[in-house]
Amino acid sequence: MSLDLRIPMGLLFTLVGAILTVFGISTNSTPGFYDQSLGINANLWWGLVQLVFGLAMLYLGRRGQKQMEKQGLLPPDPHDEGDVRRGH
Amino acid sequence: MNLTRVDWLIMVLYFVFVLGIGFALKRFMKTSKDFFQAGRALPAWICGLAFISANLGAQEVIGMGASGAKYGLETAHFYGIGAIPAMVFVGIFMMPFYYGSKARSVPEFLRLRFDEKTRALNACSFAVMTVFSSGISMYAMARLIQTLHVFDGLFRALGWAPEGIFTFSICLSALIVLLYIFLGGLTSAIYNEVLQFFLIIAGFLPLVLLGLRNIGGWSGLKASVPVQYMHEWRGVAHASTNPMGIEIIGLGMGLGFVLGSGYWCTDFLVIQTAMASKNMVSARRVPLIAAIPKMFFPFLVILPGLLAIGLPTPHTHTVESTVNGAIVRETTVVRPEVEAGRGIVPAKVNPRTGEVMLDASGQPLLDYDLATPNMLLHFFPTGILGLGLTALLASFMSGMAGNVTAFNTVFTYDLYQSYIHKGGSDRHYLAVGRWATVGGILFSIATAYAAISFNDIMDTLQLVFSFVNAPLFATFLLGMFWKRATGHGAFAGLIAGTAAAMVHHGLTLPIEAHPGIHGGWIAVIHHYPSDMAQNFWGAIFAFSTNFIVAVIVSLCTKPRPEAELVGLVHSLTPKPPRAHSVWWKSPEALAVAILVVAVGLNIFFA
Repeated sequence: MSLDLRIPMGLLFTLVGAILTVFGISTNSTPGFYDQSLGINANLWWGLVQLVFGLAMLYLGRRGQKQMEKQGLLPPDPHDEGDVRRGH
Repeated sequence: MNLTRVDWLIMVLYFVFVLGIGFALKRFMKTSKDFFQAGRALPAWICGLAFISANLGAQEVIGMGASGAKYGLETAHFYGIGAIPAMVFVGIFMMPFYYGSKARSVPEFLRLRFDEKTRALNACSFAVMTVFSSGISMYAMARLIQTLHVFDGLFRALGWAPEGIFTFSICLSALIVLLYIFLGGLTSAIYNEVLQFFLIIAGFLPLVLLGLRNIGGWSGLKASVPVQYMHEWRGVAHASTNPMGIEIIGLGMGLGFVLGSGYWCTDFLVIQTAMASKNMVSARRVPLIAAIPKMFFPFLVILPGLLAIGLPTPHTHTVESTVNGAIVRETTVVRPEVEAGRGIVPAKVNPRTGEVMLDASGQPLLDYDLATPNMLLHFFPTGILGLGLTALLASFMSGMAGNVTAFNTVFTYDLYQSYIHKGGSDRHYLAVGRWATVGGILFSIATAYAAISFNDIMDTLQLVFSFVNAPLFATFLLGMFWKRATGHGAFAGLIAGTAAAMVHHGLTLPIEAHPGIHGGWIAVIHHYPSDMAQNFWGAIFAFSTNFIVAVIVSLCTKPRPEAELVGLVHSLTPKPPRAHSVWWKSPEALAVAILVVAVGLNIFFA
């Protein structure tokens, strides 16, 4: 399969993380906003965690994709190989 | 519930990505193998995470939280005994036959190993069960959305009648699941299951951390719940001394050996993800990789329930304060069902009278299913609340999706291709698979609506499923490890096992239950201390009956020639070549490590 899942997944978590982080910063000084979460700015901190996770996934996915492309250049695709054999 | 734009943004973003993955995968779906088996080309870690997520539907997430609130840490047996050993077993011993036989589905394996009628029986019952399960999942999701008032604000803003929320939730989830399966097949389902796996962690880990912090850490939790709630093994020697009312034989044999293995080793819903991996070593690793997070999931799904029970119960109270010399009294009114509850788990309310429901001894009945959702509402401010809800919705939808892909594969390969239209082109079967997806989802919707009109339908369905599933593992065990087992034996055993499960249920009753749906509908000759004990022992009876009948009938019928069974039976299959130069990279080494950690966790929380 030539779609590495880590790329869309990394993208989703990066976006969600960024949204939560920005929202967390903008609500940081709103009084009473984080009473529910025991005074902890859950949006900001968890947003940052998501952001780091998302970016790491994205990096790994991009690296994997590049490696796949590199390998794809050297040996021919197994599907094509089958076609060639049938041609003989 | 007050959702703001940020919450909606996160939810919509998730839906966009789910559909986006479907569209991105569409161009890779060229053959039926791509669609039904993900081309058998996925890496082990993706299949492994999908293997566990396929089971981690919302009923599991909500149900384990509910069980944690009701029974405490003993619930973790469903993981430690009910899942981990079975996952290790299927990876090490059974996967070589599933994957190596080149069967495209579990029923097809039964045809290769036994005969046509065993396959037909299994395929039909499985197809019916998956459609109903996905319908039940849909119904549960729509009900939860109603209860939590997720769409109420949206409906008010659009000026729609709130009665439409149920239909809206069902149609929305059906449409999204339909689209992404129709486009990307099993790959789509697996990718979304992995996405859901991480979303569940993202949504529930902060919940557990906040909950633990609020209650004062692990020691604070210990101090606020009854002592037996914090022990997994205390009092399991006898049914009357532990919260679940089970004893060690029923637990070990019934849950561990029969039910756990029956589910993790034979249910195509989970096996399909392992069969989609790229080679034999990966396929064997899939259940093992899945077992690693599975060991730690009790912390994510059971603990929220336990924390919900341990938190202080809100009561109506008045706070007096002095503002600018004037005395101000502020009264917080708490609804009676919340006040009658325990922790933040409310009592059940009779929908007609609006009064709190009481059990036989006058205690309020608790609505345990709300334990986990209430934790989300209690601790999450807007923003991260959107993430928590998205995780919950994701688990509902991927639970449905797994069922739907299992259904379309079994329908197309085992029913349509075998009995309705043989010898069609691959393109034809690909199209049939796509339309089977549509059909399966329409049937699921019908089930969800049937569940509104007939109250007992869910319980009845789950009961019937348990009759069909209980004896299954014996058939596979005999098939893979006893070359003398025959098709007639397997078929007769399955029928006898299901019949035994029904008879057992008809003759026994948990104490404090009335004869009927809970058992005893023939005559009551035995009382069990709890419905769980009844369930476990029913499975033991079904398994044993299947085993004995299958052995007797097999010995009386003609065995298949051994040459036909190579690759299907353990003793006739050459050992898989050891592809690893280093011993610690082999699946066996991983399996041993998992078992050691699992035993360690059980001792620690004993």
